[in-house]
Amino acid sequence: MPEATVQSSAGEPGLLTRSFRALRLPLNDPFAVFGLAIYALFVLTAIFADQIAPYDPNEILYTPAYDLAADLRPGEQGFVLGTTSLGRDVFSQLVYGTRSALLIGVTAAFMVALIGSIVGLVSGYLGGWVDVVLMRLADIAFGIPFLPFVIVLAAFLEPSIWNVVLAMALVLWRDTGRVIRSQVLTLRSRGYVDAARVSGSSNFKIILRHIAPNVLPLSFLYGSIAIGWAILTEASISFLGFGDPKSISWGYMLQDAFASQALAKQAYYWFIPPGICIILVVSAGFFITRGYENILFPKLGR
Amino acid sequence: MQQLKTAISRLLQLALVLWAVVTILFLMFRLMPGNPLAAYIDPTFTPEQQASLMAQFGLDKPLWEQYFIYLGNLLQGELGQSFRYREPVAERILALLPNTLILTFTSLIVAYAFGILAGAYLAWKRGSAVEQVAIPLVLTTRAMPEFWLGMVLLAIFSFWLGWFPAGGVRPAGAEYDSLWALYTSTDFLTYLALPALTLAIYSQGLPLLLMRSNMLDVMKEDFVTMARIKGLSNWTVVVRHAARNALLPVMTSFAIAVGYQLQGNVVVESVFSWPGLGRELVNAVSASDYPLAQGAFLMIALVVILMNLIADLLYALLDPRVSHA
Repeated sequence: MPEATVQSSAGEPGLLTRSFRALRLPLNDPFAVFGLAIYALFVLTAIFADQIAPYDPNEILYTPAYDLAADLRPGEQGFVLGTTSLGRDVFSQLVYGTRSALLIGVTAAFMVALIGSIVGLVSGYLGGWVDVVLMRLADIAFGIPFLPFVIVLAAFLEPSIWNVVLAMALVLWRDTGRVIRSQVLTLRSRGYVDAARVSGSSNFKIILRHIAPNVLPLSFLYGSIAIGWAILTEASISFLGFGDPKSISWGYMLQDAFASQALAKQAYYWFIPPGICIILVVSAGFFITRGYENILFPKLGR
Repeated sequence: MQQLKTAISRLLQLALVLWAVVTILFLMFRLMPGNPLAAYIDPTFTPEQQASLMAQFGLDKPLWEQYFIYLGNLLQGELGQSFRYREPVAERILALLPNTLILTFTSLIVAYAFGILAGAYLAWKRGSAVEQVAIPLVLTTRAMPEFWLGMVLLAIFSFWLGWFPAGGVRPAGAEYDSLWALYTSTDFLTYLALPALTLAIYSQGLPLLLMRSNMLDVMKEDFVTMARIKGLSNWTVVVRHAARNALLPVMTSFAIAVGYQLQGNVVVESVFSWPGLGRELVNAVSASDYPLAQGAFLMIALVVILMNLIADLLYALLDPRVSHA
C-alpha cells in the first residue's frame, strides 16, 4: 500500500529507485534517523578501517624505549585508548572490530529475513499441507534454545565467524516466517490479488509481483532486529571462546580483557568501548524498527 | 470442552517438538567429524567401561538401531557417563539444576516486580519528559550484551568497591550441612546478588514495555471511561481497574521469559563462575565432554519447550477469546 506521494513522482523510476522506495526508510521519525546515522557511521568506519586505525590490531607494539607497550592507560605513549596486556592497540582493535560486526550482522540478518520471508510467503499463500509442515517446523525451531545451539554447532565446526550466521539461518527465521505468514494471509484475499488470479497470473508471479512488495518493509523490520541479534550472539560466542581466533571482533576483545584480568586491573578503557559499540549498533537497529512500526502500524502511536 | 481439546492438541505438539529436538541432537552428535563412538566413549575409559557403554548404547549396531536405543535410554533418563566427572550425566545435571533455577527465578521476579511498576508509571506519564528519557534508556538495556553488563558490575562492585565476591556460590573452603543450609546462608545471597542483578537489568525491559503498552490500550477501553464518569479517583481507576487488566498478558510472558533467561544464563553463569547448567554446557563443549554437553543441552531445551507450552495454555486460560483452531 505505497502512499500516493511516492507514486506521484514524475516518470517511471528505475528498478533500483523503486526497490529503495519499497523499503520505505522511516526518515520522518527522529529516532529512526538517529539509528540510520549510527549505521552510516559504523559502515564508514568499517570501509575506511585501514585509514582510521593507527596500528595493525594484531601487532604487538613496543614503546620508543623498546619496552613491551602492555597495559598502557589511554593517552600514554600516544595510544588513544591504551593497550592490551599483550601490547596491542585497543583503538585499532575497536576499529577493525566494526568490520566483523557489520559483516556478521548484515549477512545473518539477510539470511534470516530472506528465509523467513520465503517461508512466510509460501506458507501463507499456498496454505494446505505446505502451511502445516512449515509451521510445525517453526514450532520445532522455537523449541531449540538458540545460544546453546550455536555453542554446540561451533564446537563441531571449524571456529569461524560464519557459524553464527549458519545457526541464525537455521533457527531464527521462525519469528519472521510466522509474522510474514499472517500478513500474507490478509493480503491473499485482497481484490487486486483476486484480479491477478482471474486474469491468469501464475502463483509464482502473484507472490513475486503482488504480495512480496507489500511484505518487504516487514522483512526489513525483522532484518534490522536480526542485525542486533547476530552481533550480540557473535559477541557471546567469542566471549565464551568459540569464536574465530584469527578475526578481531568486539566479543573477542571482551574475552581477551576478561581473561587478562582487566576487571581486577580496573582497565575500563579496554572493556568499556567494545560494549558501547555493541550497544550503539544494536540499539540503532531498535530505533529504526520503531520508525518502521510507526509506518506499518500507525494506530499503535507509540 | 474446547479448552480440553486445546490442551490435548498442545500436548501433541509438545511431543512432536520434543521428539524433533531430541532427533536433531542425536544427528548432530553422531554425524560430527571423527569417531562415531566419541559421543559416548572416552579413550581413557577402562575396557570394561567401554564394553558396557557399547552395549548400553548399542554403539556397534547400525545408526537407525542406535537411534531407537537412544530414544529408549532417554525415556529412562539414561544420558551416559560424563568423561570428566566419571559419573552419570543425569545425576550431574540434576545437581546443577537448582543453582540455575534459583538464579533465573530470583532475577526474573526482581525484573518483573520492577518492570510492572515502572511500566504502569510510564503509561501514566505518557508524553512527559520522563517518558522521553526512560524509553530509549530501556531499549538500551535490551541492546547490552548481558556478559558485558556482568563484567562492568563485577569491575565496579567487586574489584573496585569490594562489596561482593567475584564469583562462585560459596566462600572457599566453606562447608554446609545440606544444600538447604547453603541456599539460606547470607554468604550465598552475597554471591547471588551480582549475577541476579545483571540478569534482572537485562530482563526488566520486556515486562516494562509490555505493561506500558497494555496499560495504554486498556486506558482507552469503555470500562475505564465508565469508572472515570462514576467519579472514581485517578488512583482507583489506574490501579484497581486498568492495571489489573493490563497485568494478565504480562504474567503469561513470564513463562516465555524463563525460557529466554536460560539461554542468557549460559554467558552470565560463565562470567560469575556460577555452577549452573549454562556454564556446565560451555565447559563440557570446551572439554569435548560430549555426553555431558548433550545432557545439559537437552535439559535447557526441555525447560524452554515446557515454558512455551505453559505460556500458550495460560494465555488461552486467562483470555477465553483466544482460540486455537
